[in-house]
Amino acid sequence: MLIKRKSADASRGKLQAALGGLSSGVMDRRSFLRRSGLVAGGLAVAGSIQIGAVRKAEAAGFGPATGTKVVKNICTHCSVGCTVKAEVANGVWVGQEPAWESPINRGTHCAKGASVRELVHGDRRIKYPMKLVEGQWTKISWEQAISEIGDKMLEIRAKSGADSAYLLGSAKFSNEGAYLFRKFAAFWGTNNVDHQARICHSTTVAGVANTWGYGAMTNSYNDIRNAKTVIFMGSNAAEAHPVSMQHILAGKEINRANVIVFDPRMTRTAAHATEYVRFRSGTDIAVIWGMMWHIFKNGWEDKEFISQRVYGMADALKEIEKYDPKTVEDITGIPEAQLKRSAETFAKVKPATFIWCMGVTQHTVGTANVRAICTLLLATGNVGGMGNGANIFRGHCNVQGATDMGLDVGNLPLYYGLVEGAWRHWGRVWDVSYDYLQSRFDEVPAKGGRPARNRKANMETSGHTSTRWFDAASLPAEQVDQKDNLKAMIVFGHGGNTIPRIPDSVKALEKLDLLVVADPHPTNFVSLAKRKNGTYLLPVATQFECDGSRTCSNRSIQWGEKVVEPIFESANDYWVIYKLAEKLGFAGDMFKNIQMIKGKYGMEPQPESVLREINRGGWSSGYTGQSPERLKLHMQHQDKFDLVTLRGAKGSPVENDFYGLPWPCWGTPEMKHPGTHVLYDTSLEPINGGGAFRPRFGVTREETRADGSKVNVTLLAEGSWPKGSEIRDGYPEFTMGILKRLGWDKDLTPAEAATINSIGGNNPDGVSWAVDLSGGIQRVALMHGCVPFGNGKARANAWNLPDPIPTHREPIYTPRVDLVAKWPARPDERSLRIPNLHTTFQKAAIEKGVAKNFPIILTSGRLVEYEGGGEETRSNKWLAELQQDMFVEISPDDANARGIKDGQFVWVSGPENNSKTRVKALVTERVGKGVAWMPFHFGGFYQGVDQRGNYPKGTDPIVLGESVNTVTTYGYDPVTGMHEGKVTLVQIAAA
Amino acid sequence: MARMKFLCDADRCIECNACVTACKNENDVPWGINRRRVVTINDGKPGERSISMACMHCTDAPCAAVCPVDCFYVTVDKVVLHSKDLCIGCGYCFYACPFGAPQYPKVGNFGSRGKMDKCTFCAGGPEADLSPAEFQKYGSNRLAEGKLPLCAEMCSTKSLLAGDGDIIARIYKERVVKRGYGSGAWGWKTAYKETVAI
Repeated sequence: MLIKRKSADASRGKLQAALGGLSSGVMDRRSFLRRSGLVAGGLAVAGSIQIGAVRKAEAAGFGPATGTKVVKNICTHCSVGCTVKAEVANGVWVGQEPAWESPINRGTHCAKGASVRELVHGDRRIKYPMKLVEGQWTKISWEQAISEIGDKMLEIRAKSGADSAYLLGSAKFSNEGAYLFRKFAAFWGTNNVDHQARICHSTTVAGVANTWGYGAMTNSYNDIRNAKTVIFMGSNAAEAHPVSMQHILAGKEINRANVIVFDPRMTRTAAHATEYVRFRSGTDIAVIWGMMWHIFKNGWEDKEFISQRVYGMADALKEIEKYDPKTVEDITGIPEAQLKRSAETFAKVKPATFIWCMGVTQHTVGTANVRAICTLLLATGNVGGMGNGANIFRGHCNVQGATDMGLDVGNLPLYYGLVEGAWRHWGRVWDVSYDYLQSRFDEVPAKGGRPARNRKANMETSGHTSTRWFDAASLPAEQVDQKDNLKAMIVFGHGGNTIPRIPDSVKALEKLDLLVVADPHPTNFVSLAKRKNGTYLLPVATQFECDGSRTCSNRSIQWGEKVVEPIFESANDYWVIYKLAEKLGFAGDMFKNIQMIKGKYGMEPQPESVLREINRGGWSSGYTGQSPERLKLHMQHQDKFDLVTLRGAKGSPVENDFYGLPWPCWGTPEMKHPGTHVLYDTSLEPINGGGAFRPRFGVTREETRADGSKVNVTLLAEGSWPKGSEIRDGYPEFTMGILKRLGWDKDLTPAEAATINSIGGNNPDGVSWAVDLSGGIQRVALMHGCVPFGNGKARANAWNLPDPIPTHREPIYTPRVDLVAKWPARPDERSLRIPNLHTTFQKAAIEKGVAKNFPIILTSGRLVEYEGGGEETRSNKWLAELQQDMFVEISPDDANARGIKDGQFVWVSGPENNSKTRVKALVTERVGKGVAWMPFHFGGFYQGVDQRGNYPKGTDPIVLGESVNTVTTYGYDPVTGMHEGKVTLVQIAAA
Repeated sequence: MARMKFLCDADRCIECNACVTACKNENDVPWGINRRRVVTINDGKPGERSISMACMHCTDAPCAAVCPVDCFYVTVDKVVLHSKDLCIGCGYCFYACPFGAPQYPKVGNFGSRGKMDKCTFCAGGPEADLSPAEFQKYGSNRLAEGKLPLCAEMCSTKSLLAGDGDIIARIYKERVVKRGYGSGAWGWKTAYKETVAI
């Protein structure tokens, strides 16, 4: 057996059946060799390793091949953004070489990155479009697939409305693909469009944006080399972002930096820390407030920073008062001395950075968790400088970009939201009328005691989140706040096993009229469903098979070049989205300003042209300066960028630019803004990459004094401004009106002024930096040393959120029922079109005695070899060999009490739906007593049953296993609908 | 001439397995053969450390000493290679090797092991450099192309070092001096009868 970390040998025989035909039918190296006539007879020595081709030989001049071409693309797994250097001969990807010149990975990879070549040889890929006919997978043509899917979508639209089709996009899209998919949803007329950010960092985006302006990592992986203290919380970078550890360990070595890991599980990252702090899952706020308690009691806070740049810290302190060391130790399990030591280090050994991932975000209090961490960073003055900041490691290769492109239920591209001004802005960019866009949306009738919504109100209402698509399909129609329930799932590049409550999604899958899975691999949507008809599988290519840009976690944008043509009958995202739009009748409007080029199956949108359209509209987040030409120049001169500052070398073609033009990259490409390496950094001029906190929430706020009188408190910075600013204090966002008041409108060119006037109509003064399509307002503000979005304070009190000041709330399924009275879950509420019943579920759990019958906390996480739902990586033979079994980590105490031996099968059962999974036990001290951990990449087994037969023949991943989300449970963040993925209760018994 | 060695800096190794898949990718090593693997000690406990292991290309290699058909040879760079044409799959080298490097494809019935396979330091085999025959039997020959083994070149944290023993020892020494700790050059005493003095 080969379960995690135990045995060194791969079990050979075990997967022989699954491996049958591993190299059949594909143009792998062997067939390549055969076709190129290079195989010399009699060389295949019996017993020699079965090697295929002669890449090196060919490269050295043997045979007829015409030499090897080197193509640079970006790894399609995590968000670090490692450059992949592909050697291509005769259209076949024959080798990978280290990309030494990339400042991000400097030639290196993790197991996934070092094996990506297999993805475009992968004989487990979907080879041609298919549909289910009475339960049988049947090959069809692309034309038939598009035509039938389109007809069905139009039928559903006529009967149930546009909102009945769910458009689930992907963090694997390029920026251009993500943007087109979001635009597609807008033209289709729904906000039911989402992607993996929902289940990875949606709460980060909400929490961080509500604190200081933008929902993104503030610094970069490289910048962590400057840190003197690094805290990881709920982040296992050694497995989830291995190449980032190159920078972190270098920083640890060079600066002798403190590396403190907070995690319920002693992770691979913790093994390299200077201090490991174990705490109970789901008590993050108590941990952070406990640290803050020590910081403020001892005066370790950064008083100047707080007074100049933070609003509402006094309000936060009122809450923090409650978290004395005894209380915190009781809630979290962290000894007082250890937490105090960590707090002191973080506050005093600066610069200090805080890194978090899904351990923080995937909770019913995810947004509040994030807000608490941001408050800690603000209190210690650890934002906006080199070596500090909120270093949020995102998950997928383009989850940052896809979020930026608005693949989200509440946003148009680049965070414009869904308000009328946002629709009008994008209408202008797209050159379509606001009325047309509005006409595409449903009218929602009054139901469930809620008033009716007209088209305008519906186009401004956030959609269903992907975490609850099955509730939207299954709940009584009255509870679902749209015209009708979901009837169609159109899924591009998203797994089905990454969302909790799989038993509920299995039921919903049977209810759908239409299920479309467009992906290189079939995904769990296919293996879980017991559908007979109305199900389509479309072979979509990976990003190695098309051109396009992707945004890494640090906001740097990298251009990837197509390595090979889409394999088999695969097509790229651009073409598929175009064909669907064409079938549905809005391609003419949607693609009117996008250049079409000849592709594999005919005309398709040119990614460069799509990026130019993004540049034309992306003012609010500075996605305007990153023209395809500039991005390609950066890829060509990767070696000219500094490893630590990411700045382009003097005298080089990329002089002064930050690598990948991390957004915001203000103004037009011609303005040559360098991008922003560190957000909110006042030590640089804004024109040179500096910034300030963004005043997004007004200029003043009315507060009530103790005596009941009202006072207006400023939300603008006081006594702090970016270097070189002509306004030496805080200021609001720039509009035409403000330019006029400052007398700076004279600096606008006539063309810029004309554009502003035409956008503004009767009220040109109201045109802001974010909707000015000329870029004039941004240019003039920058010219005067100012940040276009203003210079405000970050908020320790986010009054618009459900918990404006985070407060500890016991998880719905908590083992500490004694704490629920004092720290209850939120009251039941409705958010994002459906009910969110925190209290009902928590109460029911207590009444049913769940904590007694299911005494073990279950949490989940990543393995280095796999990613996401894992279909792609479990189909890769080099990776699959390394992790052949789904398993549960269980502590020796819990195992002994249950008579469980290491390596044996166990049943892990959950408290809802009588759910259970059959997995192998890995008995380890890595998890504490009363805690179990499972990786979330597995699928293809369901409650003990092998579902290999549900996959179309030849597309089943090599390794299958139970999904952890079969036993995970109810619980959703009130702001973003993020699921509770990290705390539930289970029972484990020998199988 | 250079004296090629491997050195794994256990304080940097995070068991990401890049070295393992890079090796598979570069040499098209089939399922079940592991020329390189990562071994973790104290797994899940304080003091957990991982080390990437493969054939260390020993000085006076014990595998060569026990081989009944004398199929091993040492290149000018001191890389220990073998001839699959001569190998009879007896398995003696596996018992002699202190690192568990030799691998066997287990072809056929009656428990026959098949020809031994192991890490070549990306230096191919006895056939002509960069020839199809060499690639088919032994995999890549990066040394002949002026490159180092891909496992080390792609190591995520630059933990695994490959190259001339003096140079990689110097890199490791500098690292240890700078950071103030080091678990030592694991396996060097056994493989090279020397260690890295700090």
